[in-house]
Formats: sequence, C-alpha cells, structure tokens
Amino acid sequence: MSDGYLDMELLRFTTAGSVDDGKSTLIGRLLYDSKSIFEDQIEQVKATSERKGLEHVDLSLLTDGLRDEREQGITIDVAYRYFATPKRKFIIADTPGHIQYTRNMVTGASTANLALILVDARNGVIEQTRRHSYIASLLQIPHLIVCINKMDLVDYKEEAFTKIVSDYEDFASKLDVNDIRFIPISALHGDNVVERSDKMDWYDGSTLLYSLETIHIGSDQNHIDARFPVQTVIRPHSDEYHDYRGYAGRVAGGIFRPGDEVIVQPSGFKSKIRSVDTLDGPIEQAFPPMSVTLTLEDDIDVSRGDMIVRENNPPRTSQDLEVMLCWLNESPMLTGGKYVLRHTSSECRAMIKEVVYKMNISDLTRNMDDKTAGMNDIVKVHLRTTKPIINDPYRRNRQTGSIILVDETTNETVAAGMIV
Amino acid sequence: MSSYHLTHLRELEAESIYVIREVYAQFDNPAILFSGGKDSIVVTHLARKAFAPARIPFPLVHIDTGHNFPETMQFRDDLMERIGAKLVVGSVQQSIDQGRVKEESGINASRNALQTTTLLDTIEKNKFDAAMGGARRDEEKARAKERFFSHRDDFGQWDPKNQRPELWNIFNGKKNMGEHFRVFPISNWTEMDVWQYILMENIEIPSLYIAHERDVIWRDGSWLPMSDYINLRPDEKVERKKVRFRTLGDITITGGVESDADSLEKIIEEVAASRNTERGMRADDKRSETSMEDRKKQGYF
Ligand SMILES: Nc1nc2c(ncn2[C@@H]2O[C@H](COP(=O)(O)OP(=O)(O)O)[C@@H](O)[C@H]2O)c(=O)[nH]1
Repeated sequence: MSDGYLDMELLRFTTAGSVDDGKSTLIGRLLYDSKSIFEDQIEQVKATSERKGLEHVDLSLLTDGLRDEREQGITIDVAYRYFATPKRKFIIADTPGHIQYTRNMVTGASTANLALILVDARNGVIEQTRRHSYIASLLQIPHLIVCINKMDLVDYKEEAFTKIVSDYEDFASKLDVNDIRFIPISALHGDNVVERSDKMDWYDGSTLLYSLETIHIGSDQNHIDARFPVQTVIRPHSDEYHDYRGYAGRVAGGIFRPGDEVIVQPSGFKSKIRSVDTLDGPIEQAFPPMSVTLTLEDDIDVSRGDMIVRENNPPRTSQDLEVMLCWLNESPMLTGGKYVLRHTSSECRAMIKEVVYKMNISDLTRNMDDKTAGMNDIVKVHLRTTKPIINDPYRRNRQTGSIILVDETTNETVAAGMIV
Repeated sequence: MSSYHLTHLRELEAESIYVIREVYAQFDNPAILFSGGKDSIVVTHLARKAFAPARIPFPLVHIDTGHNFPETMQFRDDLMERIGAKLVVGSVQQSIDQGRVKEESGINASRNALQTTTLLDTIEKNKFDAAMGGARRDEEKARAKERFFSHRDDFGQWDPKNQRPELWNIFNGKKNMGEHFRVFPISNWTEMDVWQYILMENIEIPSLYIAHERDVIWRDGSWLPMSDYINLRPDEKVERKKVRFRTLGDITITGGVESDADSLEKIIEEVAASRNTERGMRADDKRSETSMEDRKKQGYF
C-alpha cells in the first residue's frame, strides 16, 4: 500500500445557496464522481428515485438527512459530509437555504476554511447571494468559490458567466475576503465539477474539485501570536511523575518551543517553557491546531481558563467587549439581559449593555434605530463581563476572537459572537 | 511556513483530543463507552494521549450483551490491564433477569435493542453525566447532523430538533439535573481515517478484524459467525470460510465478509476498493431505512 495518506491535508468547507440552486445535486455529484459513495447507498438512492417516478438518479438524495425532513422534503440543519481524494480529505458543512439559514450558515462557516457559494446562472447575483457572501466574510472564511450553476440552462454561454462575475465583483469590494474565484458549472451534468467541461472552451480556469484540492490553506492559521488556552491541568499522582504539572490545551496561535519565555494571563506571572509533551514523548515545537501538554520551569498557579502567551505580542484583556453577535435562538435577545459567556476554555457571565446597530444583511447597511435581535439577526453590541476576557480581534484570530452566549435557564446556546 | 502544517490524521487527532479534554473539564463524571470495536479502541487511544503521562482519569463502560465474540472479551481485559483503566460492566443478562427487558424470540432474535435499557440503567446507576462513544458522522445518514456534544433529556432520549448549535471549537455541556450528554470525539473521522490511524499509530485491535478461518452461515447477504446463540433456519448450513469483520457488535447480528486481508495494509486496500458501507453488514440496520434514527431517539449509542 502507498503511504500517500501520510501527507494528505484536511480542508473544511461550507456550502451556501438559495433553495433549488442545486446545492444538494452539486454535493451529490462531488461525492459520486470522486467515488466516495458506496454501492449500497447508491442502490438506496436509485430505488428511491424510481419510487418517486424520476427519470434520472437524483444525486441530491445522497445528502438527505433525517426522517422528518425526508417526510417534509426539506432540510433543517447543518449536516456534515466527508469525502477524500488522494490529495485531501474534505469535510463539508452542508447548510440548507431554508428557514433558520443565517443561524445554520454561521454555524457551518465557523469551522470552514472555504465557502462554496452557488448562483443560478439564470438568476444571477440575488439577495441570497449577497447575504451568504456577507456571512462568509463576517465569519472570516479565508477562501470563497462562487459556483455559477446550471450553465446548461443558459447554453453554456460565456456572456452569462462574465456578467455574473462582474456583478459579484461590484458588491464584493465591500467584503473582507481576499481570495474569491468563479467557476461555471453544471451540477446536474457534471461540467467542471470533477471533469472538465467540453462545452465551455472559453473557460480556462480549473474544475471545482481541482480548486478544492489545490487552494493553499497553509497560511490560514495564525502562526505569529502565541496563544495557548489551558483546558485542564495534568497531575498524574504516580511515583514516576510525582511532581509533574502539565497544562493541557490546543494551540490557538503562534509557535511554542521549549525555552520560550511566556506569560500566564490573567495573572501575569512569567516563566519559561520547560517541555512540550505528548504521549509519545516531548516534541520540539507546537503550532495550531495541535493538542499538546506544556510544562513550565516555575511552579506557578495555572488553571483552566488561563492563557499562556508570549510577551512581545500579548492579547487584549478586557471586561468590555464590542461584539458582532448572531442570534441563534427562538427567544429574542434581551438588552440588559445576563447570559453565560464562553470564550476559549473560560467561562463567565455577561450582560448585553447596549445594541449599537442591527445589520441589514440584504444590502449590507446598518440600521442604527433597530435595537432588537431575534433569531437569525446580526447585531453589534457592547458586552460587560464579570471577569476579564483575554482576547484578540476575531479578524486576527478566529479562536481567541470568538464567543458563545448560553441562556442561564434553558442552557441553550443562544448566540455566537465575533469580537471586534 | 510550510513546515507548520499537520496531515489530515494529525489534525483529526488534535481535534479529538481537544474534545476529550473538554469533556473531562466540563463534566463531573464522564466515561467512555467501550464496545471492543475499532472505533472505541481509537477513542480510548486518544484519551490516553489527552492525559499522558497520567492515566485516563475516568472509567470505560462496556455494555455486555452476553452474546460476545470470545476474542472481544479477551481483548478488552488485556487492554484494561495494559493501560490501567477502570472498567464498569453493564450486563444485558442482568437486565433480563431483573425483568427490566424481555428477550426477543424467533429466528432474528437479537439483544441489540435491549442494550439501550442496560446502557441507560448503567448511566443512571453510576451517575455518569457524559458518555463518550466512537460513533462517526459518516456511518449513517441519521448521524450526519449529530453534534460532538449531544444533549439527552432525563429519559436519555435524543431530540433531533432540539440540539444546540456548535460553533468554532466552543462546546456547551451545560445541563440540568438528571440530564446527560453523549459525546462523539471522532465525529469527523471516516472509516478510512480510522484504519489509517490504527496503522500509523500501530494500535492493537482484536484479531477478528483480520481475515481468519471461521464457522459461518450465510444469512441476509453476509457471513454470520456460528455461535451458541444462533438458531439455524432449515435451509441454512454451517460452512468454514476465511472471513473478517468490519464492525464488531453482538455476535448474533454481526456479519463478516469473505476476505484474504490478513494484515492492516491489506484491510485498508480492501476498504478503499469496497463498494459497501460497513453498517451494510449489520442486520439491525436493515430492518428499515430509518432504523438507526429510531434507535437513537430512544437512547441507543
Ligand atoms: N438543468 C440543471 N438543473 C439542475 C442543475 N443542478 C441542479 N439542478 C436541478 O435543480 C433542482 C434543485 O436542485 P437541488 O440540488 O435539489 O437544489 P438545492 O435546493 O440547492 O439543494 C433539481 O431539480 C435539480 O435536478 C444543473 O446544473 N442544471
């Protein structure tokens, strides 16, 4: 067997489009053409397609989820799909365009390195396209691929494609995304998805799959600002490791090496890294998103919720946060309300002091007069926390810049926030 | 910069270790559900990584249907000894004896459905507030939307419409008295990832996964191992075949495939070329297209 799998990378992407743009068909096509579908799954889909009296095998059935949806014929949540090629393994966060879509897309986008945005070639850039793109930009997804689908229905014409590209570029200048690409496809017939289309000679870019396989994701992580939120303290209580005190966590930014001078926040104690430990022994360095255990030279008090950082570029420490908040729950936000706030491995209470504005995500304008937030709304708020939050702007670090709010009575996750 | 990058297996590993540490930090009394199958073996391996050089700081729970492959039991006991972990056993036989559940009868009788009661009883008796399992989202349609932290009500039930959104890597394990969580640290792994990882890390697995000679009968499209618990149908006969198992569960319903794959490398080649999902081999999932979802709602793994 070849050892190719030892150099594969992981790419997480999310998909967005409005209903009937062909998202399910596209994902089904990617899975099918990359041979990630098992025969028993295909048999099921074939049988269902026949039962429904369809002429062709409906690839969109491959990505159908729970029974309620099958019965109602809709998708209502984020579903995760997997496929792999010899170069990369892909995790798709598939978010439906129906109700609750902002909430779903924000959820799917939060872990994605790339967003696929579908546009129906007949309809061009519509309000949904702008909303989806705005969310991708707000969540700081580093790469965007706009798939112009159903090219077969516009006779594979170049003009249809270039018109949509230029419309999109017009409004994309307001977005905060550096890498945007456009690909003309037909999900139904497979043009430019996995196989190159012979019907669009005018297009000399790569196919969708090739783009997904080759987009450079190595610089998506922050390798500059050293950030290590401590999850738990490891004390073996065995004879062999009698005095061992290790700080377990996942690197959220920068590089950590033995000998590095570090500061523990919020106490401000200084020390040096003694070792970077794993089950297989000490290693020379840790970088994002590795899970390791750090030991320090000095016996200082460190616990869950603390952050180990370096002196030269420290995070901010504050009890007043300015946050872009996406409301996820059916009960609306209460201004003046108190919620549990979770940020990296720390937790405290927070009050929503003030709403600055509500974002109108259809036209990217700010409504300074509307101070309410219900499900799927995005608002800018000021929060006051009961203890200092050690943070970075979300634009600089997606781990140390993100929070969630939890309702104190229902325990539900009611909001997702990006610290400005 | 290019030296600061992880392979897909290392990135999945880091994510799973992170999740396991969150469970330990957020819950009072967590446990790993250990079935003896490769997925729970991988979760156990990751838990060792999460807390080294300390031992795994919580118990492993085995729901024993009484219908086990002898190899699984031996493997389980050896592993516990080697890693110094604490084992808690929930016995389906005991649930039957106590009248908590009734044994199915007939040709397709299995103790699979009965496990749910034993599991929930074991969770309640030991006051576990988080049970980690080796389920993966790629296994079955109903799992594609499962969260890492999956909330169960005080009846241990799963409500697909009432699951908390999960964003970034911030997990919300808050709950009321009596409720608990199921947590799936390897949610994002596929069957292939699991095999590649076992090979890369040189993790020991039960010999059942590797092709071996065995007495089997052909039933519902797979080779069912002959055992004391099987009732032969009139037209069925016992044959000796070289088989391996893709999942390990209750011996009465776990079908094997004919195979010459007698090493991990060969298994991976077979999995790569395989045209059927691993769950396709399990009789319990064939009962209806939504059977997994129904069992999940009742509190199955
Ligand atoms: N002609 C054509 N039809 C398509 C294409 N992609 C999807 N469709 C059809 O558009 C409809 C909606 O597709 P579906 O994948 O269910 O859309 P979703 O709602 O975005 O998931 C279905 O009838 C598809 O067969 C395409 O490239 N060309």
